[in-house]
Amino acid sequence: MKKVSLLLVLLAVFMAFTGTAFAQDKPYVAIVSKGFQHQFWQAVRQGAEEAAQDYNVEITYEGPESESQVAVQIDMLQTAMDKDPDALVFAALDTQAALPLIEEAESKEIPIIAFDSGVDSDIPVTTAATDNYAASAYAADKMAELIGYQGKVAVIVHDQTSVTGVERRDGFLDRMKNRYPEIEVVDVQYGGGDHLKSTDLAKSIMEANPDLDGFFGANEGSAVGVVNGIMELGREDIATVGFDSGSILLNAIRNGIMDGAITQNPVGIGYRAVEAAVKAMNGEELPEMIDTGFYYYNARNMDSEILQPLLYE
Amino acid sequence: MDANAKEKKKLISADSKQKLLAFSSLIMMIIVFSFASPHFATFSNFIGILISTAVTGLLAIGVTFIIITGGIDLSVGTVMTFGSVMTGVIITFMGLPLWMGVLGGLLAGTLAGTVNGALVAKLKIPPFIATLGMMMVAEGLNLVISGTKPIYFMQTPVFRKIAMGKFMNIPHAVFVFLGAAFIAGIILDKTVFGKYTYAIGSNEEAVRLSGVNVDKWKIAIYALGGFFNGLAGVIMASRLNSAQPALGAGYELEAIAAVVIGGTSLSGGKGTILGTIIGAFIMSVLTNGLRILSIPQEWQTVITGAIVIIAVYTDILRRKQSA
Repeated sequence: MKKVSLLLVLLAVFMAFTGTAFAQDKPYVAIVSKGFQHQFWQAVRQGAEEAAQDYNVEITYEGPESESQVAVQIDMLQTAMDKDPDALVFAALDTQAALPLIEEAESKEIPIIAFDSGVDSDIPVTTAATDNYAASAYAADKMAELIGYQGKVAVIVHDQTSVTGVERRDGFLDRMKNRYPEIEVVDVQYGGGDHLKSTDLAKSIMEANPDLDGFFGANEGSAVGVVNGIMELGREDIATVGFDSGSILLNAIRNGIMDGAITQNPVGIGYRAVEAAVKAMNGEELPEMIDTGFYYYNARNMDSEILQPLLYE
Repeated sequence: MDANAKEKKKLISADSKQKLLAFSSLIMMIIVFSFASPHFATFSNFIGILISTAVTGLLAIGVTFIIITGGIDLSVGTVMTFGSVMTGVIITFMGLPLWMGVLGGLLAGTLAGTVNGALVAKLKIPPFIATLGMMMVAEGLNLVISGTKPIYFMQTPVFRKIAMGKFMNIPHAVFVFLGAAFIAGIILDKTVFGKYTYAIGSNEEAVRLSGVNVDKWKIAIYALGGFFNGLAGVIMASRLNSAQPALGAGYELEAIAAVVIGGTSLSGGKGTILGTIIGAFIMSVLTNGLRILSIPQEWQTVITGAIVIIAVYTDILRRKQSA
């Protein structure tokens, strides 16, 4: 009986804890994310909570501990569905595995809002995500500015198969071709986002192009490779632009090895996704894609109030 | 002989006491959650709990046998995935019929279990280390064999029916799980296999001296554990409609927790399948209930951990009293 009573006490404590969460009159939006602990996902959560405040809705935010836990995410989605949400905000780890539940939500007329990498299906009402193409095009603008609108640049991308890889590469290359005819892109290589592999690639590109003026790394791992390569070869004269954050990039930018980087806006992703859920519940029309925005940060502005929450170690 | 029989009787009554305690905790939890949220006690949510218990429950059943012998199996999660991946390879990569894929998944699990058993029984490697090695070997092989990508069962939509097809509105996975539990219970309670499982856990040396081929039985016990992991792998793949090669690590701890909450002693010699099933349900009802109550995720983890500690501590208290 000891165990039972202890259990009851524990439950009572935590129900009291969440007692406020049971105001039933507010609309309820269930959010199932791709991750939970990583600072990126906590920033998404922060944005979602801000939107819940502003629009006076109840939310829950859950996600598996790592991006390999597909089954855990399905359980979370199932439980969310059983709570009869008024809207579902979802970023699928594997759309195929989640499809029956997504279809069930559709049949129950629960609007689904996709976010981040989204849901690979036409059921979601809209997707709130970074416009990677536009963000990379902006990186190209910054690069052009840094090297004086002429010279040679190279690019390291994580891969040529993922959507983010292709969009970030093409955004940069297309902008260079269309707007900056004096700049030549001498090489584009793929390092799998792996720090070491990207470092080796960056070094060999610099060896092959001693007159290189600029280097763009299209995700965290690629940008770290560029930073490492430049430090190992002592080529701090080369202008560099990265993507995402992480402690190595933040340090490199603070120390002037990297000139600046693009960051997504995870807070914005969370905010806009919940906002879209509210609009969908009210029957408002939504665009197919909602661009959640991005920022360019460098040593001067990285500690500002706007950017600080978006940059993770 | 008389003293022995007495002790056995005492053990059994202590066992059923523990089961009763665990079972009443489970019922209490269900009652509390039902009152706390109107969304808990619904048919659809109960089905959700049953399905999510099926996979960890199958793993827990397999590892119960091994823990009763005084061993441990840390490889259950990644060996389960090994079963999923082999099923995917046979059905999707090779285009062979469904039943061969299912059989392949079961065999893959059994094979991994047999290797575990041989490492422990023949090479005398401590079970913790042997199965830790197997856990990593299987984790790596899963990625190698699958090419690090999920294997989908798109061309064989009927594969999904193995776990998610419905009979009387209840998914097949639930029947597979309960059927497997029933059979495992009979094996452990009514057969020579079960007798030797308990005997090896109580006093391995005595069993060996009485002329029993302990090594052979140990290998068989680990192989049976592997079989249940393979079965869990097939169910998992069918539910997700894909073999997810990166999945698996972490499931072993959930399975072991279920076994221990169910009253099986980590030092071997005692435990029951029914206890394990109750333990598995306690874990999954708790996880589900806390989610239904919208308790923040970080607190869910804290509470689950606390409950595991309380459950095992009361078990120790009770055993001290009866000793």
